[in-house]
Amino acid sequence: MPAMTERAEAIAVRDLRKRFGALEVLKGISLTAHEGDVIAIIGGSGSGKSTFLRCINMLETPSSGSVAIRGEAIALKGDGHGGLAPSNRRQVQRLRARLGMVFQSFNLWQHMTILQNVIEAPVHVLGVPRAEAMERGEALLRRVGLFEKRDVYPSFLSGGQQQRAAIARALAVQPHAMLFDEPTSALDPELVGEVLGVIGDLAKEKRTMILVTHEMKFARNVASHIVFLAQGVIEEQGPPEQIFGDPRSERLKKFISSVH
Amino acid sequence: MRAQERSREAASLVELPPEETTVDAMALTHLPSARGFLKPHRIVLMAIAGGLVFCAIWFLRWDWLPQYAGALAWGVGVSLLMLASTSILGFAFAVPIGLVQVTGPWPLKALAQGFCTIIRGTPLLLQLWLLYYGLGSLFPQFPAIRQSFLWPYLREAWPYGVAALTFSFAAYEGEVMRGAFAGVPRGELEAARAFGMSRWKLFWRIWLPRAVHRALPTLNGETVLQLKSTPLVATITVIDVYAVVSKIRQVTYLTYEPLLLLALIYLLLTALLVVAFRYFENKIPTRSV
Repeated sequence: MPAMTERAEAIAVRDLRKRFGALEVLKGISLTAHEGDVIAIIGGSGSGKSTFLRCINMLETPSSGSVAIRGEAIALKGDGHGGLAPSNRRQVQRLRARLGMVFQSFNLWQHMTILQNVIEAPVHVLGVPRAEAMERGEALLRRVGLFEKRDVYPSFLSGGQQQRAAIARALAVQPHAMLFDEPTSALDPELVGEVLGVIGDLAKEKRTMILVTHEMKFARNVASHIVFLAQGVIEEQGPPEQIFGDPRSERLKKFISSVH
Repeated sequence: MRAQERSREAASLVELPPEETTVDAMALTHLPSARGFLKPHRIVLMAIAGGLVFCAIWFLRWDWLPQYAGALAWGVGVSLLMLASTSILGFAFAVPIGLVQVTGPWPLKALAQGFCTIIRGTPLLLQLWLLYYGLGSLFPQFPAIRQSFLWPYLREAWPYGVAALTFSFAAYEGEVMRGAFAGVPRGELEAARAFGMSRWKLFWRIWLPRAVHRALPTLNGETVLQLKSTPLVATITVIDVYAVVSKIRQVTYLTYEPLLLLALIYLLLTALLVVAFRYFENKIPTRSV
């Protein structure tokens, strides 16, 4: 972790735990993403990667622990069932609005065109004037190679195109940090490349991102920091060269050899 | 450019392969394509229909028509007003009825389910009569109601007609909307939350429009059914087009002519509804997988 730098903390998670009934999925995870960090979270299925990511913007509420976005701690209170719930809905909405999230299954709004999808949050959540949002939205769509498709409805696009549109939608809120939840897992193999290409470009721009992924080669190439999650704890973390070149724990060794 | 694309999509939606058009022509809510009319069996049937229409015009008596044209137009107006007001009002009720059944607290859920069960489980005619002859005869016994500003309306028949038809539409469409709300993919709602939408905004911007869009084809059919429920109000003295035609039959002693005209009127109104709904459905094209 680049601890020597003086870059501000974009996302700071402390001792995060998450229980689903008797099952403890996350068993105390602490992770800090500084401005410009590209953190890839890897691990087997059921290791809690996605749950962890979803706890950052409170799509999933943690059982205990804390999350701070740009130094601002999300206010949490007991939910009466032994877990936590945001005590200030407005705060969560405000913080979420600047965390661009990209989902495994795209989750584009099907009743809106691609451009409408992209400008929806800027106009209706952030209050950006429509004309300005359209202009920026079109520029973003041009960037992900979908300008021609701006007036098309999502169901007419391929999975790769839909995911690129979803990335444009996440970029449109001018996010402080981006969260990618297995962005290529639902794609046909031949479409993975176009999406990874876009994400790789964003990583080069030193955008703060946390990326849950199964694409090891990609993680190795674009991430500044790799976190290996196993059975709800951070088993090992470090720069990509170390994680992939010189894994220490048995679990990580096994995991890397199994995916290669 | 966009309009062109849209009309092309609309055209491609209508032009189905021949075997499908035959099946689809049976469904009331589907419009046949222009090309579909030029099939031999259709030409024969259309010729027979044309012959029947010619005979109906030529051999039956229509001399009474000009005399009653005004009354008929007024009746059509009343029928349409009944349809529009009860569909819009009913739909306004149907949205919360559907929504609370999907996300509401259990008392509201139970209330909505009870309402839908009772209304859908009893004949509309019965509800109408219970309201009009039941409540309508109960109200005058209370001086407070007789003296209230509502009395001039409660004395009339149409408020009971509107109420019964509204409840009916609300109950049936409440069920439709329940399914439509539940059918909106979780992921899209989650994306709305992830982008910082409040519950209210999520509902108005994503959940409701998405559910309505999904439900449009069903709502189309249900609105057509609602149109054909409106003649029931004639039984409680509301003068709609059905009541006008009944009156014409009594006065002129004609049996078929007014009924044929009535059939034609309802057919035209139905076609109008189907075309209007189709227009809205095509505004957001979806690709069936």
